[in-house]
Amino acid sequence: MLAFLLRRLIQACFVLIVISLISFAIQDKLGDPVRQMVGMTTTPEVREQLREELGLNDGFITQYTRFAKNALAGDFGTSYYYKEPTIDVILKKLPATFELAFCAILLVVCIATPFGVITAIHPKHLVSRLIMLVSSIGLSIPIFIIAIFMVYVFSIQWNLAPSFGRGETTVLFGFWESGLFTKDGLSHLLLPSLSLAIALIPIFVRLIRSEMSEVLQSEYIRFAWSKGLSAPRIYFFHALKNTMLPIITIGGIQAGTLVAYTILTETIFQWPGMGFLFMDAVSRVDTPLISAYLMVVGGMFVVMNTFVDLIYGLVNPTVRLASHGL
Amino acid sequence: MNLLSVDHLNVNFHFKKRELTALIDVSFNLKRGERIAIVGESGAGKSILGFSIVNLIGKPGYIHSGAIKLENKDITKMSLRQLQDIRGKRIAMIFQDPMMTLNPVITIGDQLVETIRSHTKINYKDAKNIAIEKLRNVQIASPERRFDQYPHELSGGMRQRVIIASVLLLNPDIIIADEPTTALDVTIQAEILQLLLAICRDNGVALILISHDLGVVSKVAERTLVMYAGQIVEEGPTLEIINDPQPPYTQGLLNALPQMALPGQRLNQIKGSMPSLAERPSGCAFHPRCPYATDKCRTQQPEFIYSGVSSVACFMVEDMLSEFSQDDEGQL
Repeated sequence: MLAFLLRRLIQACFVLIVISLISFAIQDKLGDPVRQMVGMTTTPEVREQLREELGLNDGFITQYTRFAKNALAGDFGTSYYYKEPTIDVILKKLPATFELAFCAILLVVCIATPFGVITAIHPKHLVSRLIMLVSSIGLSIPIFIIAIFMVYVFSIQWNLAPSFGRGETTVLFGFWESGLFTKDGLSHLLLPSLSLAIALIPIFVRLIRSEMSEVLQSEYIRFAWSKGLSAPRIYFFHALKNTMLPIITIGGIQAGTLVAYTILTETIFQWPGMGFLFMDAVSRVDTPLISAYLMVVGGMFVVMNTFVDLIYGLVNPTVRLASHGL
Repeated sequence: MNLLSVDHLNVNFHFKKRELTALIDVSFNLKRGERIAIVGESGAGKSILGFSIVNLIGKPGYIHSGAIKLENKDITKMSLRQLQDIRGKRIAMIFQDPMMTLNPVITIGDQLVETIRSHTKINYKDAKNIAIEKLRNVQIASPERRFDQYPHELSGGMRQRVIIASVLLLNPDIIIADEPTTALDVTIQAEILQLLLAICRDNGVALILISHDLGVVSKVAERTLVMYAGQIVEEGPTLEIINDPQPPYTQGLLNALPQMALPGQRLNQIKGSMPSLAERPSGCAFHPRCPYATDKCRTQQPEFIYSGVSSVACFMVEDMLSEFSQDDEGQL
């Protein structure tokens, strides 16, 4: 267990180094940060001076070494726009994104699991066919179209839920701004988390369905029937437990996709989270913030996959974490 | 009275374009405590017969007509609820491959306890005690420790013992064992077979043993049914069938036993192979492979006739019998 976590830590370091290299490599292709920082009237001399101060004229290697040295000391640069350490800026936005992603995952699990199970048990039933049809439509429509459609229908036409912002929030533990504990906050969460969930539900319905139909063919399910167990016991205990093994692994990878989707969803719903911040940073050419965001997301990937592997080890008795490779 | 009687059972497979017959007019009886065997090549319908007794044929198979009566209650007409009461409690099954039969992510103990608790109102602790006692009955060492283990921590023979224990939990009237030793090591086969035999004998449990191995059958079963292409072709006392096989198919099966060939010689086999469901020959289904086939065999279905203590469906046997009886009449 300890060896497993240690290995994961080393792996995380590698991932972060690679991400930082990539984000540094694309930086000077994004535009001129200085033009965004100063006014129209600033003379070319002043601009050149500023550029020199920021170290933008140095070569790639010099800039990267300087960044890496600071990063090792815990300093991931200062945002050009916010004039604050980038990590602080991102961490302030983290709760919003985290709560959004959490609610979306909850919705995916709660909706995709029963749908997948139903379609696997009764593949020819009308309801199953309908679920499969809707899921294939859902798979082929891009998420931003669904999100815009939801804003139009649910908040503009029917006025059921607000379409932007987080609404009323409460502060937990002195730093975590949460929208989960007020009615207004929850209603603001509804549309963004639903549209984020809709991006993943069709995939998971299909995954659970195909995995479960395979499990239902197996000998141990037939044996369970021959023991006279009840149908719910067989479907939701014997079959579902085996179905979930591969789904957990895929879920871990898809959780990364979810983070990518938050950029889109947060932009559409003006959700003050990390994804929205990232889009702003790109348009402002706030390069330190962009690099820091990419690294935080990379780190989240590693943490999430480690977490998924730990859960997998708990569910699958044939896996012992310490003895298997990365 | 018969404990179980299968009466003109027909099982079909329903496909989009056509209907295929898997079992044709199968009838047999089973008395309390009796041990019978169903033998035949693979594809003969032995397993389908075994599964249809508890109405557990996989889709698209279904019972088309006929009756399966467990003490006068027809299993084919039962609801799923009533079936679940019978499965595991009155009729229990042992499957072929112990590596595939136990659920890999549930502990041995939980898989045993759930069987008891789904049939009787009993608390977990009492159910656990029963389970451990049954594990001890099938000669599993330190059953308390095994109780908390997962199937992958046990060997194949061990797992088959666990399955036998699981089948015994509710003291069933009938055990259906579908090739219980085929997937096991030869040395373990004999052990498991002995165990099964002892358990049935000691508890007065009736056994339906499905096997393709006449050697195994001769050690366990009192009566044997020989199946070919979804039909019973011979039925009688096991010793009688082995010592004096009457239809050519049973003769072929016996000749094919490795024990029947001389060392170094090629093993005997029945020429050709079992027809698939879709290509059922006309008349007697065995005629394309039968060395004694006549025109009559090619066009007509043989009926069951009594021949000594066995009953046989074969024109050759029928003709021989009628010749004998004519001779008898001539002497008179």
